[in-house]
Amino acid sequence: MRAHTHGARRFRLRQGFGGRVSAAGLALVAALVPLQAQRGGGPPAGPARTVAPIDLTGYWVSIVSMDWRWRMVTPAKGDYSGIPMNAASKTVADAWDPAKDEAAGEQCKSYGAPAIMSVPGRLHITWQDDTTLKVDTDAGQQTRLLRFAAAGTAAAPAGKTPPSWQGTSVAQWQMSSPGLALMLRPQERAADVPAPAAVRGGTLKVTTTNLRAGYLRKNGVPYSANAMLTEYWDVTKSGNDTLLTVTTIVDDPTYLRTRRLIAYPFKKEANGDKWDPTPCSARW
Amino acid sequence: MSRRLFTLVLLCSLTATAPALAQTDLSGWWARQSQNDNGYSNDPVDLIGIPVSADGRAKALSYNIAALSATERQCQMYTPWYIVFGPFPLQIIPEQDPVTQKLLAYRIMGWGDRGEQTVWMDGRPRPSPNAPHTHGGFSTGTWEGNSLKVVTTHFKMGDMKRHRAISSDRATMTYTLTRHDDLLTVTGILEDPVYLAEPFVLTEIFQLSSATSFFPLTACEPIEELPHLHENPALVPHYLPGKNPFMNEMTRKKGIPLEAVMGGPETIYPEYRKKLKDSYKAPEKCLESCGGPPGAGRGAPPPAAGGRGGAPPPGRGAPPPK
Repeated sequence: MRAHTHGARRFRLRQGFGGRVSAAGLALVAALVPLQAQRGGGPPAGPARTVAPIDLTGYWVSIVSMDWRWRMVTPAKGDYSGIPMNAASKTVADAWDPAKDEAAGEQCKSYGAPAIMSVPGRLHITWQDDTTLKVDTDAGQQTRLLRFAAAGTAAAPAGKTPPSWQGTSVAQWQMSSPGLALMLRPQERAADVPAPAAVRGGTLKVTTTNLRAGYLRKNGVPYSANAMLTEYWDVTKSGNDTLLTVTTIVDDPTYLRTRRLIAYPFKKEANGDKWDPTPCSARW
Repeated sequence: MSRRLFTLVLLCSLTATAPALAQTDLSGWWARQSQNDNGYSNDPVDLIGIPVSADGRAKALSYNIAALSATERQCQMYTPWYIVFGPFPLQIIPEQDPVTQKLLAYRIMGWGDRGEQTVWMDGRPRPSPNAPHTHGGFSTGTWEGNSLKVVTTHFKMGDMKRHRAISSDRATMTYTLTRHDDLLTVTGILEDPVYLAEPFVLTEIFQLSSATSFFPLTACEPIEELPHLHENPALVPHYLPGKNPFMNEMTRKKGIPLEAVMGGPETIYPEYRKKLKDSYKAPEKCLESCGGPPGAGRGAPPPAAGGRGGAPPPGRGAPPPK
């Protein structure tokens, strides 16, 4: 009879003092389940590309099923619905002048990292190297570099660079954690109960700072250079479709009353046939 | 191990409330963040961003909100889709087998006028397509990584978006709930062979809340709402084809071409934006429902679009045109 062969996944209660110890261990593990379950696992050792729990590479197209009126067309001046802006933000947005942005060579102000996922278009995601995911957009022809920590280092390289539309992004895999079965019934205490199936999947977490100030919405709703963008990238399969959901959190005490929270869906495409690079536009 | 220590550890185990075999704890009250237009409803004809089929468009344009004042329709519940992607908060409650403590189901609840959704986690089979349909439908759940994937069928015809688009009783709803710290991201896919030309995809973000009750859950009781319906119980308010008087409102107010207001699969992809470039002319200034900081004095954030008890916009709830 085998016992304790899969770490915490299998327990065998014994009689007497030993039984108490095993039961206590079981109880302790059970008590710890909520914490473990919410944390998720850390990334295993190895280059980010090798240990990737989800495949983000390929071509993805925006599905503009929500916020259409603010994304597919340039909304009217003063249309700020849905954004938790403060008074300072409104002052800036009320003064929006696309001609001025064009004259200043800042046509890409609404294509910065905090807004680029809202712009209807396509993403082309590739591995630039073992620790860098490259995200190209056809709308606005932007490139985001999502850098993971190199193997054996604690953090991604963060060389000092000037602020930019896409800023500096630090990426991290968040691995799925296995469920922990509570095997309390006699038949489940048997030694030959199969171990739970391995859990696959995970999330890409990206934190972006070092941003050049820009617009959350094309009609001039601003974010500041102090804004911090946090994203969670998740992949879902349904039938023949593969969906990518990018949960976007913008923290900007300068211009936002609360966090800007919104999630954008994309659908995977078989190839880049519809890839259509277009330059930034301050008006459309 | 001392008896005291053993007792202490055992006590800890008994107070732990983790659902067995759950990858993530989803239980609790989740407050909708409402920073998108999923629950937004100011205009009676607004199919923007919805990949409706020709039948779905016809169904939506025939709809007169006064129909909900008919006695037999006042307690028509919302669909599970609208519970998740409408304006409501969510309450998620795990149900465990009292003997084995294994997770049996999640109960997902929204607000009033809803059928409770039970997401079975015990692998039970889906009923026959001919089985009775309920307001809450039949749902099964499976874990995919840290996401709970739910498939719901057997729900009745009802709102896909508030009083604007309708899903049929043949629809299938698939959605994933993924927790990110204190946030819950939901990605939903609604497939409907009757009223959709392709799957309708929406996302929503909720935040874990310490509040235990956002709205009172009250039983729905039909009352006399519109005298002309009471006087003529055979009347079903509706609009005949081409007779909906609100078709052009969004074009008039927002400058959005009527073709886009009518929805359809071609309108939700980036190519359509290029098609609009030459035909769209934005109003000079936003004049209605413009948002902005509190106290800005001009417009207000979109209404939370609560239940059916709210006052209808002018022109709705009136007797149908003769």
